[in-house]
This record gives sequence, structure tokens and C-alpha cells, in this order.
Amino acid sequence: MLEAADLECARGGRTLFRALSFSLSAGELLRIAGANGRGKTSLLRILCGLLSPAAGEVRWKGEPIRPLREEYSRQLVYLGHAPAVKDELTAAENLSIACRIAGGSRTAGEIAQALQRLEVPAASLLKRLSQGQRRRAALARLALSHSAPLWLLDEPLAALDAQAARLVEELIAGHVGQGGMVIYTTHQEARIEGRVISLDAMAENA
Amino acid sequence: MLDVLCCLVRRDLLLALRNRSDVGTALLFFVIVTSLFPLGIGAEPNLLRAIAPGVIWVAALLSSLLSLGRLFAADHADGTLEQILLGAAPLGAVVAAKAFAHWLVSGLPLVLIAPLIALQYDLPVPLYGVLALSLLLGTPVLSLIGAIGAALTLGLRGGGVLLSLLVLPLYVPVLIMGAGGVEMAAAGMGAQGHLLLLAAMLVGAAAFAPWAIAAALRISTE
Repeated sequence: MLEAADLECARGGRTLFRALSFSLSAGELLRIAGANGRGKTSLLRILCGLLSPAAGEVRWKGEPIRPLREEYSRQLVYLGHAPAVKDELTAAENLSIACRIAGGSRTAGEIAQALQRLEVPAASLLKRLSQGQRRRAALARLALSHSAPLWLLDEPLAALDAQAARLVEELIAGHVGQGGMVIYTTHQEARIEGRVISLDAMAENA
Repeated sequence: MLDVLCCLVRRDLLLALRNRSDVGTALLFFVIVTSLFPLGIGAEPNLLRAIAPGVIWVAALLSSLLSLGRLFAADHADGTLEQILLGAAPLGAVVAAKAFAHWLVSGLPLVLIAPLIALQYDLPVPLYGVLALSLLLGTPVLSLIGAIGAALTLGLRGGGVLLSLLVLPLYVPVLIMGAGGVEMAAAGMGAQGHLLLLAAMLVGAAAFAPWAIAAALRISTE
């Protein structure tokens, strides 16, 4: 379904990786490993179309993603480093707006349920919550996103306590179990079985 | 698609409502700058009447510029902009919605308060309508053109100064037509021509600026 062909990424005049190819089909999980600065985030941004690769292309169901644009982005959920939540809005407002921007609309009940699952107080402004709780509020979107086949998650486990990390891993495993695809990066010990691509090895070749 | 755009406009208004000081600053700036001129120049009614359209319009330009920096910066910093770029609605439509929300928050209050400011300059009452109408047609153009600059300077250090240098020259035609219309009306020659040209600029900007903003955003977020 998702294919990366000969990707090359250069940032600030330095080649991070080159000739990176892989493909991912339904129900597969892929972890991108590598030390800081090896281009894990850049790779995820290339895969979702926010960044254009220096060479190579990304294909979705055989078609290059560039011309597909919104049609492709409707198929994916990308959660980046920044949590993409607003401090002045409540957790429920943030989640409902995030779903709306992505093109789906959710009932108040579904929103409340998703937040409850991640144990975030739905009605309090995010600026009154801790970093970890903010992170949970952002990740609550995953609980409502099983209809999008492809998840691209940048450090989903950062700033989470053990219990929340387990919850997120459950969500990821559940999505993969339902035939979804997940690509993620993490520095934590990976406890979910899946393929690994290491950008460290790439850097030595580059 | 329309519900996504409504949702974004509502979100921006809600954020403005909860961050009232941001909105107040631009409006207060407009009121203070326009009040400084009568204080500095003195109470010579003929002189004040003559400079009123120009001063009010220049203050409107500067006040619109003041709030432009925040148009995309906050969304860029917290990652919401990436979600918007990956969103379901076409980017051109989304940025048009954002520019519209910016106008509602920073342009519309100027239009509403302009007659009150005109009082300070002893403008004749029939001109109040012309002044407000010229601002009503002109300030959305300022938001749209300004958004192109805001998108281009996104994430740059010292972007605020660069933004003014980039955007202010582009504001000149709007300034000439806006202030000129009121001056024409004051001279008894009818403001219709100037106002129609302003309306044409608004239509042109509404048609073309969104694509320029979208392209600029894609460049500056890479």
C-alpha cells in the first residue's frame, strides 16, 4: 500500500540518508530507529508529504502522493513532535477541532469516551494540565482514528508515564490488528513486535 | 469542506475571545495613534478635516500589520499548522478562512469605530458612511495581502520587521484608493470611483491571494 522508493533526504547541506526503499502493506508495523539527528522526523514528514525528498518518491497504492494531496492526507494520521493542541482550549474542544480539520466530525459522546480512555479531564483548559496530560490529550485522537489506514507517529511515547505508554501501545497494536499500518519512531524500548528500519546504518553508507 | 472552514473560523474567534488582550491591542493602537495627531497638530479644524482620511487610513494599515505576525505563528509553533496542511480541506480555502477570521478580529472593529474617530477630526457627518465603507472594502484586502507576507516570513528570525518591509509597499494602492475616496467625497466630487476600485481590489485579492498564501505556507514549512 505504502511504498518508499529510493528516498534521499538532505537537510542543511548534509545528506541524512539515501537510497532508502521499503514498502508497507496492510496490518504491518514499522519502527524507525536511529540516534538523534539521523533524520527520523524528516523521514516521517517526507512520508506524509509535508517535506519533499531530495530524490525518490513515496507512493500510495501505486500512485505518487504529491498529486494526490488531500486524497492521500485523508488516509493518514500524522502526530508530530509538537502536540498540535491549543492551551486556551479545553481537551474536548481541541480533540473535536483536530478531528474536524482532518475531515471527520465526532459526537460529543465519542470525544468524551476517547478522552476518558486516556484519562484526560475533558472540560479543563489545556494550560491547566501538565505536559504529560497535554500529550495524552493529543494522543486521544488515535482512539478516534481507526478509520484512517495509515498512522505516522513521531515519538508517540515521549513524556508519557508507563500506564499511558501502555495505552498508546495498545492503540497501536489494535490498529495494526485491524489491518491498519503504523510507522513510528521511539527512543524507548519497543515492546510491540514489528519490523525495524535503522537510519544509523544508512548514515554510514551516505 | 465548508464545515471544516466554519470550524476553523469559529476556533480562531474562540481563541481571540479567550486571548482578549491580543485583539484589544490592535484596536487600542488604532485609537491612540489617531488621537495623537489632533493633540500634536493642534485644534485647527480645517487642517484636521484635511488630514483625517489619510491619518485614519495609515493608522488602519499599521494596526492591521500589528496583528499579522500572529496569523500563522502560533499554529506553526504548536504544530497545528502541520495538521492544517494535512487536513481534508484544500489549503487555499483554509487560508482564506483564516484571513477572514483575522479580518473579523482586527479589521471589522476598525470599521465600526471609525465614525467615532472621525468625530475627533470634525469630519462632516455625511462622510462617516464613506469612511466606514472605504474601510469595510479595504481592510479585508489588507488581511489577505498581509497573510501572504505572514506566510512567507513564517519561522524567520526578525520576521516582524521583514513582514512590514514586505507588506507595507503592497498596501499603498489600498491606502491611495481608501483615503482618496474619502477626500473626493469631502470635496463634493463623489467617492464612487475610488470605492468601486477598492471593491475590485477586494475581489482580485479574494480570488488570488489564497493561492499565493497557500504556496508561501508550503515553502516556509518545508
